[in-house]
Amino acid sequence: MAQASSNRPISPHLQIWRWGPAMLVSILHRVTGNGLTFAGLGLLLWWIGAIAGGEQSYQTFIAYVWTGTASPLSGLTSILGKVVLIGLTWAFFQHLATGVRHLVLDVGAGYELDANARWSVLTMVFSVLATALFWAFVLLPR
Amino acid sequence: MGNGTSIGRVRGLGSSHHGAHHWLATRLTAVGNLVLIPYLLVSLALLPGYDYQSVHSWLAQPVPATALVLIFINTFYHARLGVQVMLEDYVHEDAGKIAAWLLVNIVPFAGAAFGIVSVIRIALGGA
Repeated sequence: MAQASSNRPISPHLQIWRWGPAMLVSILHRVTGNGLTFAGLGLLLWWIGAIAGGEQSYQTFIAYVWTGTASPLSGLTSILGKVVLIGLTWAFFQHLATGVRHLVLDVGAGYELDANARWSVLTMVFSVLATALFWAFVLLPR
Repeated sequence: MGNGTSIGRVRGLGSSHHGAHHWLATRLTAVGNLVLIPYLLVSLALLPGYDYQSVHSWLAQPVPATALVLIFINTFYHARLGVQVMLEDYVHEDAGKIAAWLLVNIVPFAGAAFGIVSVIRIALGGA
């Protein structure tokens, strides 16, 4: 890019600004979006491919991602698998909430400083609560 | 492309004439995901179990199989658009830009194709 090699002044970068909720959810939207892309879609492909491959390949998937019963290595990866799955659920709900926030901002609403900060914080409250509810529903006996 | 005025230099380059489409397609696929992914999460949460039979017989039904095919199209398209914006922000060298361009135009199609073929195998009783 032309600007990268010229002596033109560049805008103040990350460390200059005082952090606020809007900044935080903005970067969270990008981080969660890319996390969902590379980890989430990758895992989704492994999952669907394993089911299509038959019972044995599905068992391998489950062992390496959740139960850890296939081998010592799977015992290790299954810990990572649980962290990644729960993390992806949170990332999805966070990306969903900040995505809806973007749709609201697109129509020109929610730019007042108070409202903007309040809704930014609420996206994070929502994502944590929704993640907890989802996993409570899946894991708790019913 | 002209080389006199500023607007002449910009025409035909970069996102000119395409920015609105990229922006709109991102929103459109976002709304699609807003319906499809909660459907997937609720369906998974309501499954009677996570053994092979439970998951396979659920996915083999027409509506879940259709939803999964739509998910592979919609999520990979949405992800491709988002990753492109991220790469445009952070990759500035020519070689990196070419690699990024190849990446966002090839990998999502390969991934979505593999996912859709897998759903078809499940739904039509393959494997």
